[in-house]
Amino acid sequence: MKSRSTLPWLLAGLALLIGLNLVANPAFLKITVQDGHLFGVPVDILTQGSRTMLLALGLTLVIATGGVDLSVGSVVAITGAVCALMLNTGAGLAATVAAAVGAGALAGGGNGLLVARIGIQPIVATLILMVAGRGIAQLLCGGQVLIIANPAFEFLANGFVLGVPVAPLLVVALFVGTHAFVRRTAAGLFIEAVGDNETASRFAGLAAARVKALAYVFCGACAGFTGVLTAANIRAADANRAGENAELDAIFAVVVGGTALTGGRLSIMGTFLGAILIQTLATTMYYRGVPPAVAPVPKALLILAVSLLQSEQLRSRVAALWRRKEAAS
Amino acid sequence: MFTLITRQPFLFLAAAALLTVTGLFGAAPKKTLKVGFAQTGAESAWRTANSDSMKAEAAKRGIDLKFSDGQGKQENQIRAVRSFITQGVDAIVIAPIVETGWDPVLREAKRAKIPVILTDRTIQTTDASLFVCFIGSDFYEEGKMAADWLAKAVSGKGNIVELQGTPGSAPANERRKAFADGLAKYPSLKIIDAQSGNFERSGGKQVMEAFLKKHGKAINVVYAHNDDMALGAAQAIEEAGLKPGKDITLVSIDAIGEAVKAVAAGRINCTVECSPLFGPKVYDTIAKVLAGEKVPKKSFNQDELFDATNAAKALPTRQY
Repeated sequence: MKSRSTLPWLLAGLALLIGLNLVANPAFLKITVQDGHLFGVPVDILTQGSRTMLLALGLTLVIATGGVDLSVGSVVAITGAVCALMLNTGAGLAATVAAAVGAGALAGGGNGLLVARIGIQPIVATLILMVAGRGIAQLLCGGQVLIIANPAFEFLANGFVLGVPVAPLLVVALFVGTHAFVRRTAAGLFIEAVGDNETASRFAGLAAARVKALAYVFCGACAGFTGVLTAANIRAADANRAGENAELDAIFAVVVGGTALTGGRLSIMGTFLGAILIQTLATTMYYRGVPPAVAPVPKALLILAVSLLQSEQLRSRVAALWRRKEAAS
Repeated sequence: MFTLITRQPFLFLAAAALLTVTGLFGAAPKKTLKVGFAQTGAESAWRTANSDSMKAEAAKRGIDLKFSDGQGKQENQIRAVRSFITQGVDAIVIAPIVETGWDPVLREAKRAKIPVILTDRTIQTTDASLFVCFIGSDFYEEGKMAADWLAKAVSGKGNIVELQGTPGSAPANERRKAFADGLAKYPSLKIIDAQSGNFERSGGKQVMEAFLKKHGKAINVVYAHNDDMALGAAQAIEEAGLKPGKDITLVSIDAIGEAVKAVAAGRINCTVECSPLFGPKVYDTIAKVLAGEKVPKKSFNQDELFDATNAAKALPTRQY
């Protein structure tokens, strides 16, 4: 791993945001127990943020190969519809989740095929499914919001185990697993090598196309499970709204977390924190009572601030300016 | 982003309880009335209910309706209008897909002396004589009805949190303004917080979760710009250990099937309908126009309101 980690700056941004919230509302981080489970703002942030986290997890690997997957939001809509259709025809929970994750992986496989085997630009290749995916989801749902009445299914998104919300638990487990997979095996090295220089990695004997394609499959599977959580969260499959613009938040989480958009560098931990940052930001807007019409502005400003904090170039320029001043005086 | 979702707020609107048909059509014309209807397409349940209403009402009144599905393309609609003109229909109804580019074909209709009525969406034209009138949904009135109902239900007192639609969208703007105007008469009814839930269920749920933690028990009323957000908020209220509909009063707009069910079950207190059933009003207007009466240039479809008193009764007649 390269030494110029952006993680401390991301943590600083997050701490700043939470600090501002604490000043305005000292109870911001308070967690109480209500009806036998944890209850409080941090719990909300983790639960509501779990979907962005999961999307971002899959995207991390894809972006590290130098690609991008714009279709994840649409895949969420498709797999949500798959869940509704399966459950409403009496399928079991395990089969439903497997089908949804499978459908997501299949979609990712399609993207991988276009990108890795046929060589279409990732933005274009995944844009196809981003546009077509909503249509597919609409077709599956028949243009309606499908209601899901299945307590076991809803438990995945809104349930608690020993008072701890299930969705973040599942997602954190997936993060730990993925982190171990990329850092304890050679997988992370392969992905970063392909992202850094595909030709060189191929000459070094790496099946570069396969690594790339598998990253898209993994990303699709993550989006598939996000679809499960999204549908379970609102007890309905909404082909139009589910996962709408979710890809943008997820890409932001990945990039602010230190994974390079140009590929070749990835940070699972950074993605996790990036997703928390973006969700904390959304929650802050609700708490500060920022009028909806101007809410995007502070959001944009904070994103800009974090990006500036992370910019090596800006930091060295400021440092140079500082030095010149000192030299002059 | 795509044409399919530009009408999102309306996508899942429920079909409505029957509007009373006025006896204006009593003097039945001797020859069958021929009406051409250029529909946008069949992109949503709301749209389908809209088409069904036009067809069913035509059948009921013995009108020969030429129905054309534009499949989301203006060129199909223009072609349909031309064919209506050659067929010599008595009136043309258009639900324009886009606002511009209608002048030439409308001029042809005018030359053929066929009155044109626009429904649902309006057009931009320099010559307002090209169409007789526009009939649409009144988002403002919907917000007003919600405010009036609420003032009565909570006897003019309470703290309201507002779940707004997508910032900048027409229904969100109108429903916000109307509600605030409606509340002006009741100084003890206060909006203590407002945020956008983007017309989404998960948005409504997320914002409501935050509101519940921020304001705690101070919240008496939730006003949501659409049913999806209200349903999401109801869920958030339940998860916070409160009873939606009892501990907190929920008022919303659209009257989609699920929401009317929720009203009947007492989880939501009231939902104002944005009706897709334009049929009766459109044919009434055509009858007036053909009889030479003056009609208002702009008029709105009448919306209904569902609360505990009539929701359960309305359920069986809901079309979806």
